[in-house]
Amino acid sequence: MAMAAAGPAPAAPAAAAVEAAFSSFEPERGAVADPILRLSQLSKRFGQFQAVKEIDLAIEEGEFFTIVGPSGSGKTTLIRMLAGLEEPSDGEIALRGQRLNETPANRRPTCMVFQSLALFPHRTVGQNIEFPLKMRGIPANERMNRALELMRQLRLPEDYYKKQVNQCSGGERQRIALARALAFDPEILFFDEPLSAIDFRLRKTLEKELKDIHRETGKTFIYITHSLEEAMVMSDRIGIMRAGELVQVGAPDEIYSRPANRFVSEFMGEVNVLEVKRNGGGLHCPALGTDLAAPDINGFDSGFLVIRPEYLRFLAPGEEAENRVEGVLYNEYALGSRIQYQVRVGEQVFLVEKLREQRYGGQLDDKVAIGWDARDSVLAPE
Amino acid sequence: MSSASDTMTAQPTIATQKIPRRRRLVSPGLLAALPVIIFLCVAFAAPLLAVLGYSFMPEKTFELTQAPTLENYLAIFSNSYYLSFTKSLGLALTTVVLLLVISWPIAYGMAKIFGRWANFLTLAIIIPLFVSENIRLFGWVLFLIKGGVMLGGLKAWFGIDGESMLYEVPAIVLGLVYVYLPFALFPMVLGVSMVPREVTEAAFDMGASRWQVFREVELPLAMPGILIGGLLTFILSLGSLAESKILGGQAVIMIADEIETAFTFGQNWPLGSALSMLLILFSGTLVLTLLNWIDLDKILGRGKGGNGD
Repeated sequence: MAMAAAGPAPAAPAAAAVEAAFSSFEPERGAVADPILRLSQLSKRFGQFQAVKEIDLAIEEGEFFTIVGPSGSGKTTLIRMLAGLEEPSDGEIALRGQRLNETPANRRPTCMVFQSLALFPHRTVGQNIEFPLKMRGIPANERMNRALELMRQLRLPEDYYKKQVNQCSGGERQRIALARALAFDPEILFFDEPLSAIDFRLRKTLEKELKDIHRETGKTFIYITHSLEEAMVMSDRIGIMRAGELVQVGAPDEIYSRPANRFVSEFMGEVNVLEVKRNGGGLHCPALGTDLAAPDINGFDSGFLVIRPEYLRFLAPGEEAENRVEGVLYNEYALGSRIQYQVRVGEQVFLVEKLREQRYGGQLDDKVAIGWDARDSVLAPE
Repeated sequence: MSSASDTMTAQPTIATQKIPRRRRLVSPGLLAALPVIIFLCVAFAAPLLAVLGYSFMPEKTFELTQAPTLENYLAIFSNSYYLSFTKSLGLALTTVVLLLVISWPIAYGMAKIFGRWANFLTLAIIIPLFVSENIRLFGWVLFLIKGGVMLGGLKAWFGIDGESMLYEVPAIVLGLVYVYLPFALFPMVLGVSMVPREVTEAAFDMGASRWQVFREVELPLAMPGILIGGLLTFILSLGSLAESKILGGQAVIMIADEIETAFTFGQNWPLGSALSMLLILFSGTLVLTLLNWIDLDKILGRGKGGNGD
């Protein structure tokens, strides 16, 4: 089964080739005049409530862009505006430079995979996949060939063509929804948390499959999720959303290692956050009562110092680190491949993560010294 | 394997010995349903059986003890009762079609658009039901009659002189549509609310026009509600009497009129019974074939059994 995924990658869409030819002098990616999708000052108000606040964003051709945010952050409203299911209150959506605001969803060359998948329960798998083709009046045999081709690509057995969708499993339904969206042959595919209702293991598989499909089709994917972990696996770029605003946009690596603020860093999972103040040329941490060495503090006044648990290490007697604090080993948690330790330094709780093979040898309630280097921590102004 | 299962079954005997196992002669389900079953037998099946019995009695008898005969049925087929039967059928069909067309936009609005105003509308439609049907129909008479609310008003304010539609077929259809609207509307509201919003959005998003969304998604998914409303109002209209009597005058003799006449004015219970039996037979066959032919499970995409067909 796994072999089937390694098919030949189809050629990039013709439009991309044309664009590349016209801008052969372009110095780097991202400098193209018209990105495939550009949002300018895009806003949505529901009465008094502003769900989306003046978002500016450019999505590049062929990109896998993920918008991550907690529930209520406006991400679903945002993607529904992009799909044409919600009308923007302000601002503009432009597809390759063409204003799209007034174009209804059924005339936009985009397609969405819904959270509920929104399969047609009264139709077979084949009829579901063929739906967008039928709407265009494509003859039945042509539709069927295309549907079967997509089913092969998504590893759905051929005899599912006549199966009722409600008899298919969660993962199969996921693939049917994706096949149906691909049958539409959109310029941009939107995904509104389609994997949120799927159990952990299958979700992990489907995430990778989706990324493979992205590679095979070369299409632009815009994906919405509340799980940064999910976004990390699949995306070329990630946008973090909070209360209707894009807090940070960047490559997964960048978001991981340089979160723009405390919100982003905590969104990433468990991190150590220390409240710090500028103290002359250095940093002071009131909770620990010590000065700390930190990365570049130019322009920083007060805020938070963020250290990921895996960057903390236990210090053997005599071992040095740029920052060193002493506390008590309070508890340990097995996380599978890693082990997490809780170290208490006064009121401040630190989480330290080690690989299972590098576990700390001591006992609970041991006095321990932990340390980290300045370059492994990040300053977040808010 | 077998020894293991033997010890498994042998184990609990100690427990079961203490409490003697009572064997249930009657299942609890049947026991619980018994009052309803008895009530239905007495109040529903018995009168029907009586009518069935009378339909085989000789003309104008009032007892069930005579030798059975088919003369009533023969009389019906040799007379022109088929005319009133066809008229009833035609009126019922017209009513149902009109009701479905009128109900769809209201039902759609109530299920998807009106929001909390839907409750207000529901009340507005239900409250008149507290008034007797005949009184409401007489209200329509006052409205439609020559010199009544409509024509009198038109004449007084605009000087327009119109012909009354009262005692014509359209007045009967109007009455039927008016009286049976809730019975078509509310099942349809349920049907429409069974169409998930995201499914219609998905169809729209994939290039379907408003009409295609209606035909491909909304109509089939709302079909159970539409069918139930349609069948209900069809059967009610087929047996309706008051509308043709009050609003139709003698313009149209419907089958229910014939049955009533046979029982009352004609003092011919066996003939009325035979007519009733034919009507029941006809509508019953129609409903059963229709329900059989249209597989509700298939419309809803509920597969029978788990693993394919």
